[in-house]
Amino acid sequence: MDILPILSTLRRHKLTSWLLILEIALTCAIVCNAVFLIGQRLQRMDMPSGVAEHELLQIQVADAVVPPNPYARISEDVAALRQVPGVISVASTNEVPFGNSSSNGNLRLDPNQPERTLNATTYFGEDIAKTMGARLISGRDLQPDDFMNVDVVLKALGTGDSKNIPSVTLITRTLGERLWPGQNPLGREVWLTPTVALRVVGVLDSLVRPNAYDTSSAQYTMVVPIRMGASKDESYVIRTRAQDRDAVMTAALAALKKIDPLRVVTTQRSFDDIRNRYFQDDRAMAGMLAGVIIALLIVTALGIVGLASFWVSQRRRTIGVRRALGATRANILHYFQTENFLLATIGIALGMALAYAINLFLMTKYELPRLPAEYFPIGAIALWIIGQLAVLGPALRASAVPPVVATRSV
Amino acid sequence: MFGYYLDLALRSLKRHRMLTGLMVLAIALGIGASMTMLTVLHVLSGDPIPGRSAQLYYPQLDPQDLKGMTSSKEPPDQVTLIDGQNLLRAKRADRQALMTGGSVPLMPEQSMLDPFYVEARYTSADFFPMFEAPFLYGTGWTAADDDAHARDVVIARSLNDKLFQGANSVGRSVRLAGVSWRIVGVLDKWQPNPHFYDLNTGSFAYAEQVFLPLQTMLELRLDRNGSSDCWGNSGGGAAGILPMDGCVWLQFWVELDTPAKAAAYKDFLLRYSQDQKTAGRFQRAPNVRLRNVMQWLDYNMVVPDDVRLQTGLAFGFLLVCLVNTVGLMLAKFMRRAGELGVRRALGASRRALFAQLLMEAGVVGLVGGVGGLLLAMFGLWLVRQRPSDYAALAHLDPAMLYATFVLSLCATLLAGLLPAWRACQIAPALQLKSN
Repeated sequence: MDILPILSTLRRHKLTSWLLILEIALTCAIVCNAVFLIGQRLQRMDMPSGVAEHELLQIQVADAVVPPNPYARISEDVAALRQVPGVISVASTNEVPFGNSSSNGNLRLDPNQPERTLNATTYFGEDIAKTMGARLISGRDLQPDDFMNVDVVLKALGTGDSKNIPSVTLITRTLGERLWPGQNPLGREVWLTPTVALRVVGVLDSLVRPNAYDTSSAQYTMVVPIRMGASKDESYVIRTRAQDRDAVMTAALAALKKIDPLRVVTTQRSFDDIRNRYFQDDRAMAGMLAGVIIALLIVTALGIVGLASFWVSQRRRTIGVRRALGATRANILHYFQTENFLLATIGIALGMALAYAINLFLMTKYELPRLPAEYFPIGAIALWIIGQLAVLGPALRASAVPPVVATRSV
Repeated sequence: MFGYYLDLALRSLKRHRMLTGLMVLAIALGIGASMTMLTVLHVLSGDPIPGRSAQLYYPQLDPQDLKGMTSSKEPPDQVTLIDGQNLLRAKRADRQALMTGGSVPLMPEQSMLDPFYVEARYTSADFFPMFEAPFLYGTGWTAADDDAHARDVVIARSLNDKLFQGANSVGRSVRLAGVSWRIVGVLDKWQPNPHFYDLNTGSFAYAEQVFLPLQTMLELRLDRNGSSDCWGNSGGGAAGILPMDGCVWLQFWVELDTPAKAAAYKDFLLRYSQDQKTAGRFQRAPNVRLRNVMQWLDYNMVVPDDVRLQTGLAFGFLLVCLVNTVGLMLAKFMRRAGELGVRRALGASRRALFAQLLMEAGVVGLVGGVGGLLLAMFGLWLVRQRPSDYAALAHLDPAMLYATFVLSLCATLLAGLLPAWRACQIAPALQLKSN
């Protein structure tokens, strides 16, 4: 296909051509960035939790009448839950993965360093790793005699009595690698306050924090041997087989109600629900972006159809003359297709530059990473395809113009 | 002339239904998307307490030790109990209130209702007049009640409806957290958005159902919600245990009616910090802030990043739609070169042609605006189906309705300028000849 005649025609329709190119460039730039944003969200939604998500249930109960001994109440509840048929393991915890509500601490490698090394979340409670299914890759799990009651610990913190403060902790593999790169974290100490040092006795493969905002700090997690009392913020986590979840939930709630009929169940959900809920905004955002991409491509396609139709009707006579001089229908069809391909290509080239500029802007404003090169072809291919599809109708109409038009005055 | 141009515009638009339809569709889609997101942005960045937001201030102090919690130069977002109580008792502002959030179990006296949890605000007497909380029945409690650790409660209308079927319940009692409280007031529907006085509870669509005196809460050690940030050897508390002295977990608001009073209050905060440092309680140099409501919301960036991003995206979309419309309009105007040439030859000035073509663009803008409005309503309905806490607030108000048409008309007229100018450049003789 000879493109020189096309270029010379386009040069006579500069304004319209440039408008079309501009529209394609803008669409291409927005589509590239929107697809990238969708990718980011989908990747975030895939964030691993490290726990056996399909086998876990969470229940929170709040007592209308405060029990006299909150620790005894937890033991009683846990014992009752263990009796429920189908229950494999039970733990009481202050927070759950992707649960949002969290307890966090500032860690230091040296108690005298002025700024924290990092902020990590602290899970408190017995049997957490075992029940949730967080795999221990080295060291040992927390033992019952590591544990202390929270009121005792808080009092000891105030008085500076280090004997009544836990001295060991579990950490995740990622946290260990971040604190002591390339070294074995077992036996090392990390400072939670100026006087509280915790020795790492076990390393978990993975356990995500409740408030995982970004992937880099999502695994900064510790499990500290502190026993909490019954309160509305405590959760019972129950491990069961995936197919037993509904039955176990019903039976577990009944068992808890039996202990105190006046208690209020404030949360009852599976971990699938927790993940769904945690990432609901990301899902909504990805859906919205997909909607915008589709709408943009439709609008651009309609614009191309409109302008191409205009050109075809404007050039009816010229087309007739070409046909009369021996051009085949295919020649005419290809002419318009090539013309569109040329315009789309220029638009895409400009669009790439624009996409890069938009990404730079988003990087400074929303802390997004750099747009990877593999996203550029997506916008290009989308626009080439849309362009060719949109121009097909008008181009076919052009190729149907009979040669006899050339002999008529319009 | 206006009527004639309008008639011409309508005729011309009718003649090319397909092109007109495409233009209207493009404008409507662009306007619909951008108005949807603008409305959400408008709702989220609104003033939660109009008329008073400039007189309400949020003092911040820096009581942290030298190691502190983070490297931020900003003082913590909340106050410690000691500082809060000191500032409350100093009474240096026109009004002041110390507060925190929580939730408490409610045991209904009617036996057919199960016990349930209600969202609570623990605060002090000035809260109600300071934030202009509207009372349906009764009033708030007094400063004397605060000092006496009174078991007084103000309940929200929704709770009053649930417990007392909307009757005046002032003087009756309600059992909260195992203790009997006397109802002194019932608030009418009241839900400032954003929930500016405590952003820890969720910024939007959050409302407490009971308001209890903070001093009584401290005595009874009622459960609290929200964040507590600690430094040094302090712990954040647990059920029945309050956060320790090295923790910030309360919000403190003051009302200062004039800028002079605000300046004086800031001096007072600096002096207070200096005194505390001299006494050895504070370790850092005085570092205070005094932000009013809108400054506080801005500092906390209450409008979610996603919403800003989506608004930007919607305007990008509008831009593409407009470029599209410029192209289509150009095609449409140029197709009528012959007609325009005849008008020029018959004596119409360029200005007259220009006005006529812009009229056509304006009609497209208006029709597109109506379409855009319908699409924006649909878009807002979609937003309301989202799970985010602000979703329920996404409604069109009269200002945004008006803005839709202004935006649509301006955008389309702007889009019409270039094609209209281009069409007016046509040499009449050439057009007449070729026909």
